[in-house]
Amino acid sequence: MPRTLFEKIWDAHVVHRRDDGLCLLYVDRHYFHEGSFHAFNMLRARGLKVRRPDLSFGFGDHYAPTRARDTAAIADPEIRGIIQTFESNARAAGIRAFELADAQQGIVHVAGPELGLTLPGMTVVCGDSHTSSHGALGALAFGIGASEVAHVFATQTIWQSMPRQIRVTFDGALPQGASAKDMALALIAEIGTGGALGGAIEFAGAAVRALSVEGRLTLCNMAIEAGARTGMVAPDAVTQAWLAGRPFATPVDIAGLRSDDDAAFAAEVRLDAGRIGPMATWGTSPEEAVPLSARVPKPEEAPDEARRRAWRRSLEYMGLQGGERLADVKVDRVFLGSCTNARLEDLRAAASVLKGRRIAVPMLVSPGSSGVKRAAEAEGLDRIFTEAGASWEESACSLCVSMNGDSVGEGERCASTSNRNFVGRQGRGARTHLVSPASAAAAAVTGRLVSAESV
Amino acid sequence: MPEPFVNLTAVAAPLEMSNVDTDQILPARYLRRPRDERYATYGFHDLRFTPEGAKRDDFLLNRAPFDRAAILVAQRNFGVGSSREAAVYALLAMGVRCVVAESFGDIFFNNSLKNGLLPVRLPEAACADLRAQLLARPGADISVDLEAGTLTAPDGTVHGFAIPPFARDCLLRGLDEIGLTMTLMHEIEAFEAMRSGQTG
Repeated sequence: MPRTLFEKIWDAHVVHRRDDGLCLLYVDRHYFHEGSFHAFNMLRARGLKVRRPDLSFGFGDHYAPTRARDTAAIADPEIRGIIQTFESNARAAGIRAFELADAQQGIVHVAGPELGLTLPGMTVVCGDSHTSSHGALGALAFGIGASEVAHVFATQTIWQSMPRQIRVTFDGALPQGASAKDMALALIAEIGTGGALGGAIEFAGAAVRALSVEGRLTLCNMAIEAGARTGMVAPDAVTQAWLAGRPFATPVDIAGLRSDDDAAFAAEVRLDAGRIGPMATWGTSPEEAVPLSARVPKPEEAPDEARRRAWRRSLEYMGLQGGERLADVKVDRVFLGSCTNARLEDLRAAASVLKGRRIAVPMLVSPGSSGVKRAAEAEGLDRIFTEAGASWEESACSLCVSMNGDSVGEGERCASTSNRNFVGRQGRGARTHLVSPASAAAAAVTGRLVSAESV
Repeated sequence: MPEPFVNLTAVAAPLEMSNVDTDQILPARYLRRPRDERYATYGFHDLRFTPEGAKRDDFLLNRAPFDRAAILVAQRNFGVGSSREAAVYALLAMGVRCVVAESFGDIFFNNSLKNGLLPVRLPEAACADLRAQLLARPGADISVDLEAGTLTAPDGTVHGFAIPPFARDCLLRGLDEIGLTMTLMHEIEAFEAMRSGQTG
């Protein structure tokens, strides 16, 4: 029987199948971060040990300070404490953790793939919803909660029901100036944040094949924002070339790691990549996104009454009327970072816009990993950012989730390369507009929501 | 270990909101806190309190009788976003044991089941009807029977709902999955042996 890529990887990891279809899957790679303290507490409460410390890897990212690498020097005792707890839990369990000062530290979804810890055909889990990112390498990767993290630590397995299979095909070629982030926002605007609920997306089509692994990571990262449990891209020569020589990578035979030609998908979505331009969100849900060249929609244009109410609430929170041109919306600051858009390619895209220019509003740049930071400095990107007036800092989740002390002020408007424009996400009362790295740089230069082409 | 969930009859509150994300249920700045009774004040914190710490009367859960609701009835996509299980801890600390919605964020749904919080999926019209009844009769009860898979509205209308069988058994008996999976350890070991045979 023909199978999807997802089904093939799933089948290869079934340890036990119940009569009702629920499967116990073996976990090849488990990542964790500071939020794992709940799971370690659960293990302790039950007197359980980490069964396979060799298959788990920890990354200090959510609470990592953007401006320092010394844990002892962190002023906030709660933040310092949670980082120390993460480090001591990992050490006690005999797990390799990439602590703050480690040269290989980074955001788990940037550093894990970069180190070659995620490979095609693997099952990958992490107590973080953006684990879907790792699907970009052709892995079956999804986020889990703390109880499930404890379960994985104790058993190296996880119970899962087979999600419905969804194929999202981007035909054609992306126009100059558009990126994987714009593809993701265009998709979510089209199908909604519940559009892929409970499903597994396989991204396909010429425009996906044309993406670098970095771009595919961005696309799969945002699959969760469409409601999907995971996103994935079939591995190919691009994947193999990208993985070659990475510290933890071992050779993988990718033959067969693709959906069979007549595999059945419960839903098919097709988008014409040629019609996708730079995008931005205007509201408080990632589905509230439009092209940067467009206007903010008015509530009366909403497709139904529920959305009309939701749009009104969003506009009120965002301090917008509806009907104004995005290009006229002024921003107070810019964030370039996060597991969505802080890889070398993202920094290059932003730097190419900033080169020889000065920023009009404050811009914080937090590279996705310490490795990305070194690579960027080696090619002089840091100087482009600092000469433009931006802050070039350390790798952390930073302003994507505002847990490390960084935050956007009440009522302030931030153009951000992160993944969620939720109410309060970047700080209480903060207003977030999700954009691509190039568009973030354009916003920094002009102080408005514009595309790089109009700079 | 989660508390068993068998049935519940309690005051229910209507939440006229879709896409209630886990950042709203539990703002990220509280995630560093250990799990304790303070989670009751973290739940929906920024909707319930002003930046100065005063209670916001415009938020329904702050008003009697809804401030003692153990059941919430929302719209679509409740619990989308971050995987933070602590969002479930906050709801439980507030006394919420059941959330009814048209759809749920995938990870939130799983996290709820593992902690004795019952997520009930009902069609859009049923959710809307429940909310209308709860607004018309503030303080009205909803009854949920997990064994039978039924939810009874204030007006007596009965809605059927489904919970995945394994999770349902665990909820009814207050079991967690780790103990059950441990009984399959020989299969896990056999799987590992088979795989190392393949690669070695």
